[in-house]
Parts: sequence; structure tokens; C-alpha cells
Amino acid sequence: MELSAELLTRAHYWMRLTRALDERGAFLHKQSKIIGGYFSQIGHEAISVAAGLALGPDDVAAPMHRDLGTYLVRGLHPRRILAQFLGRATGVSHGRDANLHGMGDLSLGLIGFISHLPASTGVIAGVAHAFKLKGEPRVAMAFFGDGGASQGLAHEALNWASVFQLPMVVICENNQYAYSTPLARQMRIEHIADRAAGYGMPGVIVDGNDFCAVYEAVTQAVERARAGGGPTLIECKTMRMRGHAIHDNMAYVPKELLETWARRDPIARIEALLRERGLLDDAGLAALLERIDRELDEAQAYAEASPYPDPSEVTQGVYAP
Amino acid sequence: MTWDANLHTSVTTLAERGDAPVNAVRELTYLEAIREALRYELRRDPSVLLMGEDIGVYGGAFKVTQGLIEEFGEQRVIDTPMTELAMIYAAIGMSFQGFRPVVEMQFADFISTGFDAIVQFAATNHYRWGQPVPITIRAPGAGGLRAGPFHSQSNEAWFVHTPGLKVVAPATPADAWGLLVSAIRDPNPVIYYETKYLYRSLKGPVAGDEAGLVPIGAAALRREGEELSIITYGAMLHEAMAVAADLERAGHSVEVLDLRTLKPLDEAAILATARKTGKVLIVHEANRTCGVGGEVAALIAEHAFEYLDGPITRVAAPDTPVPYSPPLEDAHRPDAAKIRAAAQRLLEF
Repeated sequence: MELSAELLTRAHYWMRLTRALDERGAFLHKQSKIIGGYFSQIGHEAISVAAGLALGPDDVAAPMHRDLGTYLVRGLHPRRILAQFLGRATGVSHGRDANLHGMGDLSLGLIGFISHLPASTGVIAGVAHAFKLKGEPRVAMAFFGDGGASQGLAHEALNWASVFQLPMVVICENNQYAYSTPLARQMRIEHIADRAAGYGMPGVIVDGNDFCAVYEAVTQAVERARAGGGPTLIECKTMRMRGHAIHDNMAYVPKELLETWARRDPIARIEALLRERGLLDDAGLAALLERIDRELDEAQAYAEASPYPDPSEVTQGVYAP
Repeated sequence: MTWDANLHTSVTTLAERGDAPVNAVRELTYLEAIREALRYELRRDPSVLLMGEDIGVYGGAFKVTQGLIEEFGEQRVIDTPMTELAMIYAAIGMSFQGFRPVVEMQFADFISTGFDAIVQFAATNHYRWGQPVPITIRAPGAGGLRAGPFHSQSNEAWFVHTPGLKVVAPATPADAWGLLVSAIRDPNPVIYYETKYLYRSLKGPVAGDEAGLVPIGAAALRREGEELSIITYGAMLHEAMAVAADLERAGHSVEVLDLRTLKPLDEAAILATARKTGKVLIVHEANRTCGVGGEVAALIAEHAFEYLDGPITRVAAPDTPVPYSPPLEDAHRPDAAKIRAAAQRLLEF
């Protein structure tokens, strides 16, 4: 299947915006404007953007901390994201939750994740269950990684999704490391997708750095789920190209491994494809990067001009009225 | 509110309810009151659904949900795989799409396997990103049934300590009905501790309509008195009432406050009774350390210290697992004799 020029061009914008926003955040962290933890998603752009673009407007996703692209594609504005990173009242969680955590907004079909991965996978099973009970042709999408795959909930939620044949797509981002723990210490098998057979659902393995491959696999799974065919587990093979968080120099990752994966950079690959198809040239790329820079300058100015939350409100909002 | 002697009426068999209208005032067992509250809300609100292990076709381990799958179908009374964790997470997700799930833990003891979903996700969600989590978790708890360490726990304090949750613990059929309906309608996650010991041993009047609603956060003064306040909840209410009646025969006037809601505590009612009698005995079936009684005692010490005429005293289970063998469980579980002894010491202080 050859993806349309329009789709590839759109995906390219979102992937570039995702990386630029990620880098902008890292820069703000260096300036001590963002404090505490900061998580980079560099290397994950093809997965998060493709998964986001494969969903329809009424679908629901629960991205995690390496899925910045999914939040953006679903319509979460960089202003609100940068304000969130800076702990401002205009951030998604109004300063209550940190960095990419808790960036939920159901009007955009987004569920805010918690650190206890893969918690959102259980929540998404419930969202998908609700769609099925109401007979709505909607799909719910969960994300977890190779580390989260070791948690009991990954098993319990996937089993639940299969038993009830829910319209659910599970994206497993196998980026080789959970903090410092390599895949071989998480499991004895090579492919997490092999576990899908144990739940009675299809397991699909894709190159997570190839936008087209991820988009095709996720689109098929979304269509299948929407048509009543039940859940799918999609394992996207990729590499975490930065430390677990910004403080982590990941000395434990062999240099050669990073070099290998650097040659597979998802943005370089989609740009090579766009050039091959005559959809991108140097001038076009420069113009796109300039546009994104301007957008982020504006978003950053908005975030920095936003007030901090009022400390007198610290006890408010624990309970829904 | 006065005490109704009928509450101590013992029934040995589960009455056949037939097709009696659900909104008439009736005598129901504690267990029937729970079932009728579920039926009432399932009939009233199409967004309410039940989930749990063995709750549908089998009718529940204690038959609380018996007959509900026949009336409401398997789309609304859902038998699930054996996973409290995925069940509670799924309930959260369903609530995000407009449902009001009521989840049954087969025993309160098993709620620990769903702990993350409750305390990390459900409890924090509204504070973090403003989305309410209207779910109710039914937790059949407490002991006295020779059920051993994993079918007898009173673990409510875990959740009382967690911001974002509400915790209720009805002690009468009327409250079992009224607090369950309120829990289901509440926009927040509510842990509903029902007392297995009372399921079939306690019968009482239940309004069964809107007049029977019991607000979350309101304690009930079960007996008025002048010399001593017993503050308690759950099955221990009935032990405390027996002690109060016994002490009355001995010439003492004892007040009994039923907390009913453990989070948020009815601070005004607690402080009012403490200030009135000046002597406070707190009784609960849960073990002592960091139990609800500790919080009640601290509240009184902070805000009613000058009214006290004796040490705030607790009668609680010792800090051990709940043992199985009858002499051991009887030694472990508070009862009228232990409460009476503590009350006597406090009266004489």
C-alpha cells in the first residue's frame, strides 16, 4: 500500500513538530525553567504519530511519556504542553501533574497516564468495553513498553480485552531498555508480540522507525477493531535514543547499539521517502523547520507568560463536586 | 435518630422477595438491602452496571446479586475473569464513557490486588486532570465468621488514608440501602464496606425509595447519653448498642455514634458527642495501629481537648492477621464484653 502524498506530508510535519517540541523542552530544562524530570521521546516519532493518525476523531488514546506525537496529532496544543512542562496554571493539569504525566483531555480523546505503567492499558480496556456495550463504532488505543510488559496488568488487561472481544489496539513500544534494564532481563523471548497468541489475539511485529509500516499495521488493527474483530497487540521495535529521563547519561547502553539505531532514525527515513517521491526538497524542509520554530516560539511565550497556580488552591479539586 | 430494636431481629433464611415493589417500606436483611439498592439504581439509571467474579449466573459468592442478571442481562451484570486489577481499571475506563460501574470484590481481602487502580489512578484523577471517576467498589469485609486471615479483613484504613476516595461502612439495612445508592450517584470513587457478619443476621426497615437516601459524610447518633460516648461503625455498632443498654441497666447513660462514613468523617458529630459527654470510647473491628480510631482520637484531642474528662480510649483488634480457630478469632475480635470492660474503666476514671 502506497501512502498518499497528503498523508506523508502531514505525518512529516507532526514528526518534526514532535521532535522540535521535545528538543525545546530539553533546552528549557537546561535553562532550569523546567525542573524535575524530563522525558525525551527521540526515536519514537514514527510510532506516536502513525498511531495517532490511524485513529478517528471519536476514538480514544492513552499515550505515555514517549508518545508526544500522539498528544499533538489528537489536538493537544503545544501551548498547553509547554505550560504543563513549566508547571503553569494553563497547563493541561493546571500544575498538578508533572511533565507528560496526567495530560488527559477527554474532549480530545486523550487519557492522562500515571507512572504505574501499564495502568492506562487497563483503563483503555474499560473505554473499549464501554464502546462495545453502547454499540458505538469507536476504538480505544493503549500504549506500553518492554518494561510495562513485565507487569501483571499487561497480562490482565490484554486477557480482559480478548475475553470480551473489545475494540482495542495495544501499541507495545519495545525500545530495548526500561530505565537501565535491557530487554533480556525483562523476558526470555525475543518478541513481545508472541504473547498475543496466549491471549487469543493477533500479534503483529513492525519496524517502529518506519512510519509507513507502523501506519499500515495500526490502521489494519483499528479497522479490525472497529468492525468487531477484537483487539490486536502491535509490537513496534525501536530504540530509546536518550536516557530514561534527562538526568540519565545511559552509560549502560552500548555505543554501537545507538549508532545502529541512529542510522534508522524515523525522521531521516520519512524525509528520504518524501524526497524520493518528489514531495520534499532542501528549501521545503528549511521552510517547515522555520514554521515549526515560530509555532514553538509562540507557544513558549504563551507558557512563560502564564501564571503559576495559586497556592491557596492546593486543596481544591481532590473531589468532583 | 432513635435505635430500632427490630435491628437485632435474627433471621435464619433468606426471605423470598418475589415481585414486591422496590419502593415500599419493607423489612429486609442487610444483604437484601444491598441487592435492592443495586436493583433500584439499575432500574433507575441505564448507565449503572455491575461487574465482578461469579456475580451473574451464580448470583455472587454470598448471593448478593442473585436474580439481577435475569432482570438486567449480561450486558449490565457482567461476570468477569479473576482479576480485580483489570476489573477496577476497566471500571475507571467505563466511567470515562458515561457508565457508573459498581464493582464487587468477592471479599474485601482481595481488594489489595486492585490497589494500584484505586489509589494511584482513580483516587488522583480528578485532582490531576479534572475528569471525575464515578465508580463504586463493594468490599465485603470484617470477621466473626471463622473465615481465616484472607476472608475476614477490615482493611478500610488503607483507603481512608488516600486522598480522592470516599469510604462508607453501613451498619444497618437502611444505611446499606441508602449509602449504596448515594455511593453509586457520587461523582467520586467510593469504597463501600459491607459487613458479611450482618448479611443474614440483621433485618430492619428499608424505605426503598428516594426517602431512603443516606448522605455520604453524615454520622448517625444511635443512642443519646450523658456520661460516655462510644464512637463506632460496622458490625461493632451492634455490640456497642448492647453494651449501652447493659450499662443503662447499671445506671449509666451512654451515647452511641455510628460513623457510617469513614471518609470524609463527620467531624461535627464526633466533636459534638465528645464535648457533650467528655469521655470517648472508640470501637472498631480493624486492628488498632493507624486505624480509623486513631484519626478520630486525634481529631478530638486537637479540637475538644478542654472538654475531656478521661483518656480517649480505643477498643480494636490487636495488630495481627485475623486468625481462624474460634478461640483465637474470639480473642482477636472486639465484642460486647471487651467494650463493656473498657467502658467501665472509662466511666470510673
